[in-house]
Amino acid sequence: MKKYLLLAVIFSAMLFAACSNEAHVPNTHGVYMLVDTSGTYTQELEQAQRIINFTLSKLNPGDTFAVARVDTGSFSEKDIVMKQTFDDRPSAANQQKRKFRDAIDTFIKNAKPSSYTDITGGILQAIEYLNEAETGKKTILIFSDLKEELSKGFVRDIPLQLNGFRVVAVNVTKLRSDNVDPREYMTRLETWQTRVESGGGTWKVINDLSRLEPIFN
Amino acid sequence: MSFADFVIIPNNPFASGLVIFVVLVAVMYFARSPAHLAISSFSRVIHNAMRLSARAIMRAEGRLNERNREVLLAQGREAVERIIEREFDRVDVTVRRDLAEYPSLHRRLSEEITRIDDDYKESTEVPPEPPGWVKAVDAVAKIPGKDPMVASILEDIHSSMVKANTQAIEEYRKSSHKRHEHLKHMMPHWRKVRSVLGQVDKSVHSLLSRSQKIDRHMDEYESIVKGSDRAVRTLSSSSLTQFFISALVLAIAVGGAIVNFQLIERPMQEMVGANNYLMDGVKTSYVVALVIIFVEMSMGLFLMESMRITRLFPIIGALNDKIRVRMIIAFFFILTSLALIEAGLAFIREILMEDELRTSAALAGQAAVAAAQEATTDFLWISTVAQMGLGFVLPFALMFVAIPLESFVHSLRTVLGLIGIGVLRTMAWMLRLIGSVIKFISNSIIHVYDLVIFAPLWIEKTIKQKTTKEDAVDTASAY
Repeated sequence: MKKYLLLAVIFSAMLFAACSNEAHVPNTHGVYMLVDTSGTYTQELEQAQRIINFTLSKLNPGDTFAVARVDTGSFSEKDIVMKQTFDDRPSAANQQKRKFRDAIDTFIKNAKPSSYTDITGGILQAIEYLNEAETGKKTILIFSDLKEELSKGFVRDIPLQLNGFRVVAVNVTKLRSDNVDPREYMTRLETWQTRVESGGGTWKVINDLSRLEPIFN
Repeated sequence: MSFADFVIIPNNPFASGLVIFVVLVAVMYFARSPAHLAISSFSRVIHNAMRLSARAIMRAEGRLNERNREVLLAQGREAVERIIEREFDRVDVTVRRDLAEYPSLHRRLSEEITRIDDDYKESTEVPPEPPGWVKAVDAVAKIPGKDPMVASILEDIHSSMVKANTQAIEEYRKSSHKRHEHLKHMMPHWRKVRSVLGQVDKSVHSLLSRSQKIDRHMDEYESIVKGSDRAVRTLSSSSLTQFFISALVLAIAVGGAIVNFQLIERPMQEMVGANNYLMDGVKTSYVVALVIIFVEMSMGLFLMESMRITRLFPIIGALNDKIRVRMIIAFFFILTSLALIEAGLAFIREILMEDELRTSAALAGQAAVAAAQEATTDFLWISTVAQMGLGFVLPFALMFVAIPLESFVHSLRTVLGLIGIGVLRTMAWMLRLIGSVIKFISNSIIHVYDLVIFAPLWIEKTIKQKTTKEDAVDTASAY
């Protein structure tokens, strides 16, 4: 008797789920990756490609992924190179991943260096995009040396609203000046960490690209 | 409250302690009787409460034991009844098969015997009759004289006789041959009779062995009906064995169900979505796959019930044969359909795996793409066929879970009863132990109490002894 009751409950739940016909939002993962294209950092784009491929292989159906370039003014939808919320069906999601990869390959081949680096604008855009996507987990990957250089007139001393966000800085390369005075590098990292954590987010730096797993843990 | 609060004589804690001790001893001495009474009554209350609780638990244990015994005997009776019923069914089949043919067997035997009898009659030797005219020869031979006519007649007669003799021998040989032929014809009839009698003998022996088995089961049944301790012990041991064996088989079946789940869960994601959740952490595809497996198992269970192999649902077993057969066909059809669906899902799973492998390879780089393509094309069909085969066979294999499940359910009642008895006995023992320990602790406390106030007690005793002696002296002087 209990067995039938349990089955009835399961069937009712299934019926309810079928009627609702939408994914359970908190279980999805949204990743927004900012790719720095300023100056000499364009030489690192192949590494970015590796990270994007790794991210694609780790994302599940229903997850959201967007890749955007960081240039002079990054707070813009035009800077989004490719964005995709993967289909619920694994086969369709796989096709979308392959298309995503092709789009990124094209972008990497044709990327041109920008004069300035507006990381804050990119983060603001990422926050907006991931909040709209309503994903359960929200991760912003920053592929940059974290040296922000703003064009004249750009206002970016805005507090970041990063509640529920994880911000992961990857491949934070050392500049020539950092080699002369490592404190510059450390100060840069600390500044960003403070900005992110004061905005309610969590901060992590991954420089060894063979250890990218923590992004998805 | 600190130690300083107890120092009533300033700067002299020892003296303070001594004063407090003396006061305490005095108080304890005067409160000795009520204190003893309080301690002993408290311990008695707890000891009695524990004893009563233990007794109540032991009564419950007794009732549970009795109930277990009844259940065990009822199960044993039912099991033996089922065995006896099956034995009678077999006897019935044997009787129907062999004894139903008995009239024809009898007729065949009679016919064979009649034929043998006929053959026997026809094979009897009839001595050839001497020719009638031998007497005439005698008469001619007695004619006196040596008449050449007589000699000629006698010679003619002789030659005729030789001829007749030759004919008679020939006929005799022919009739002997005929008799032998008849005897030869008798052989297969004898063999047939022997074979028929052999069949009868076999049937009778089979019936005898069945009847011996039934006798043995009947003895067991009588022992169970009488409720003998031996029967209970045997049934209990058998029930425990059944429990462990069925648990083991069920564990294996659970392994099979997990394999089955793995086969169909992934393709289910294609149908209901990989990111569709019924509740937090429970994917819809998981639930759907589990439901399919449960439905398969239920269908298998009902099929076994309809075939009267298991008896978990007496209603199904009690249905008339026509409906039961229809149900068997329906359940088998549903089960086969589900097995085919599973085989299809297993095929989809393989396609999805390939697709995922290709995507992973594409994301990993060109060399990996080539390697993946090579790996997927060579022996792909083997794994596809194996998965489809598993998908088709597992639902039927899981069908047989019904048998260990029935044993498990029946033996679980006994095992739970035994565990319950063990728990109740342990509880009763613990309560008794606690009661006794508290009783002894209270006695110890009383003795420690007296030890603390030993000084006033000693003084009291000395005074009492002195008073008694004086009273005795006074009484003696008065006399």
